[in-house]
Amino acid sequence: MLLNIKNLHVEIDGKEIIRGLNLGVNYGEVHAIMGPNGSGKSTLAAAITGKEGYEITKGEIWYKEKDIMEMPPEERANEGIFLSFQYPVEIPGVSMANFMRTAINSQREFRGQPPIPAGELLKLIEEKKRLVDIHDKLTNRSVNEGFSGGEKKKNEIFQMALLDPTLGILDETDSGLDIDALKVVARGVNQLRSDNNAFVIITHYQRLLEYIQPDFVHVLFDGQIVKSGGKSLAFELEAKGYEWIKEEKLV
Amino acid sequence: MKNETVIQNQALDELLIELFNKEKELLTTNDIEKVTQHRNEAMASFKQTGFPNSSMEQWRHTDLEDLLDEQFNYQLRPSKADGDIEEMFKCEVHNFNTEIISMLNGWHFSKNGQLHTYPNGMVMGSINAAMKAYPDLFNKYYGEIADYTSNGFVSINTALAQDGVFIWVPDGVEVEKTMQIIKMIDLEENLFVQSRNLIILGENSKLSLMHCDDSINQATSLINTVTEVYVGKGAKLEVYKLQNLNDNSALINSTFIKQEADSNVRTNTLTFNCGLIRNNIHVRLDGSGAHADVLGLYLMDKEQHVDNQIRIDHNVAQCTSNELFKGILDDEASAVFNGYIHVARDAQKTNAYQNNKNILLKPTATINTMPFLEIYADDVKCSHGATVGQLDQEAMFYIRQRGVSEANARLLLMYAFAADIIENISIEPLRERIDTMVKKRLRGELSICEKCVLHCGAPEKEYHFDIDYSKI
Ligand SMILES: Nc1ncnc2c1ncn2[C@@H]1O[C@H](COP(=O)(O)OP(=O)(O)OP(=O)(O)O)[C@@H](O)[C@H]1O
Ligand SMILES: [Mg+2]
Repeated sequence: MLLNIKNLHVEIDGKEIIRGLNLGVNYGEVHAIMGPNGSGKSTLAAAITGKEGYEITKGEIWYKEKDIMEMPPEERANEGIFLSFQYPVEIPGVSMANFMRTAINSQREFRGQPPIPAGELLKLIEEKKRLVDIHDKLTNRSVNEGFSGGEKKKNEIFQMALLDPTLGILDETDSGLDIDALKVVARGVNQLRSDNNAFVIITHYQRLLEYIQPDFVHVLFDGQIVKSGGKSLAFELEAKGYEWIKEEKLV
Repeated sequence: MKNETVIQNQALDELLIELFNKEKELLTTNDIEKVTQHRNEAMASFKQTGFPNSSMEQWRHTDLEDLLDEQFNYQLRPSKADGDIEEMFKCEVHNFNTEIISMLNGWHFSKNGQLHTYPNGMVMGSINAAMKAYPDLFNKYYGEIADYTSNGFVSINTALAQDGVFIWVPDGVEVEKTMQIIKMIDLEENLFVQSRNLIILGENSKLSLMHCDDSINQATSLINTVTEVYVGKGAKLEVYKLQNLNDNSALINSTFIKQEADSNVRTNTLTFNCGLIRNNIHVRLDGSGAHADVLGLYLMDKEQHVDNQIRIDHNVAQCTSNELFKGILDDEASAVFNGYIHVARDAQKTNAYQNNKNILLKPTATINTMPFLEIYADDVKCSHGATVGQLDQEAMFYIRQRGVSEANARLLLMYAFAADIIENISIEPLRERIDTMVKKRLRGELSICEKCVLHCGAPEKEYHFDIDYSKI
């Protein structure tokens, strides 16, 4: 199993947000996580990627058969975990190109590889730019600075394509995207998708799942996965909302 | 050496007054009358005021007491130059073609004579030698804007200074090469240096100047520099000040700039290392259409202290000024920023921008920032602001999530913070050099022992974090 989360409890400022969550992701799978606002989806992503301030009070996170709970975020990233942020951060003064070169070389160093030759990097960037249909000028600008909402999301997929992760977590990458951009995001994921990696896709809409076929759909509710199913569950959720799950849970 | 120096055994100010009386003949050897007159008046003023102290409003956050209690040597004559001194000043910056003027322990040092006239007409050399050669210029300019009545450091400099740099760019002369003033301190004993510079740009002339202050050992020095800069109509001047002295040293730097109509001045003060630095920059915009960029970057750590006092006088209509100082403070470092913009009653259509931004890396670092506007005209655009913050934690996580180590993520953000000051350096080889220096400084690898900061004699280290602005 690539990712195995057992009975996870996560607190922020002493408040329990994830309350006993279980999730197993195998190589080659795509899992969709849906759930109402504030149910803990981004918190789960933060706990997996090691963000400070998210305290794991109970439970386990195993990744590639390793306990990663004490690993700093960069080490998890170097082990192949990538998060497409719900709210990508603007970093004035750091150009996209240099940011990606620094990231790629950090990951290569971790794997004992020499820095990427300039020509190779150039080729890689050109290739991935085409994949996500990103403007030339965006890669020369500061990271996310002044990018539109949609451009920021595409930029996340661009970075994911460059870093080629083993576990890609997409936190509402589809929110705020027009239909063309949505297809671009889906194309990015589908092209990377293989038997050697897996994706966890957090979304509110089944629309994205029309383009990226999930193997499983989970409903995260109040810090727990309360229901899991196939693709059809996404349709059901979109049609009926979350009320019926709440009721089911109360029973 | 001993017979050329005076060993202090009493209060510094008393000693200097005594020195002035005793050595007057020597001090005035090369003077023209006006300069001697200024010396006398300035000494009279110094006797009244003495050195500044922290009960004075403008010195409230910079305590000089310990510094002025030190014992200093005072070189009344230049040190004997030995063979490798020239080597010391050699500049190895690739592709960076500069004309160097060197000062060692406050004295002009050159094989090619004290004063040099270049084929384009520019004159550069020792201020000492220039006085008698260009009495008209000295009568017109010397001591005219460096007001010594209210500042003990300016008055003592005016009274005692024996050497410094003189540059004159005649009307219409555009100097292609960058001029580089390298002031090096190399003495095993403590040293007090008075340095005096006069820079005159004629109408529609152009000059870019780099002014480096360096020490090459760990001895304490107190360098008191006064620079007067006159920028004629339509003239263009860029000045880069690189300050890289040891932690025991103090640099008191007073720069006075007077700009005529349609002139354009950019000063960029880059403070990399020094125990205590005080930069007074006073710009007078005296002709309409004049523009000044007053920029600065300070990167301080340990118990270092930097105090930037910037004053811009908008004296006439239609001038613009842009002031931006950025600082990163680590450990117990402290900084002061005092920006004062004065807009006179008739200075309509003034456009003045002032900002001071700081990052404190540790809670023990401190900043006192006081932006201040005083506006007497009604049709003006002025803005000022100051920020004090930490590194953006959201950005830190974002960068680390891409695999970059915490240390490199910090560097990346610190460097990004400094980027717009570096980007403003228009001379490309210099920008690249300073870029490297900033990275080295942020990594704690910039050493004052590399002779001149621009020598970078130490073998280049591999940078895993490699950010430059070349397009890839
Ligand atoms: N830094 C924080 N401090 C305090 N509470 C927080 C913090 N971050 C998240 N929370 C709370 O934790 C809960 C879960 O937030 P989370 O962002 O994980 O929700 P989400 O499922 O991603 O919601 P959305 O669909 O709106 O993105 C919310 O109630 C939120 O207010
Ligand atoms: Mg969320």
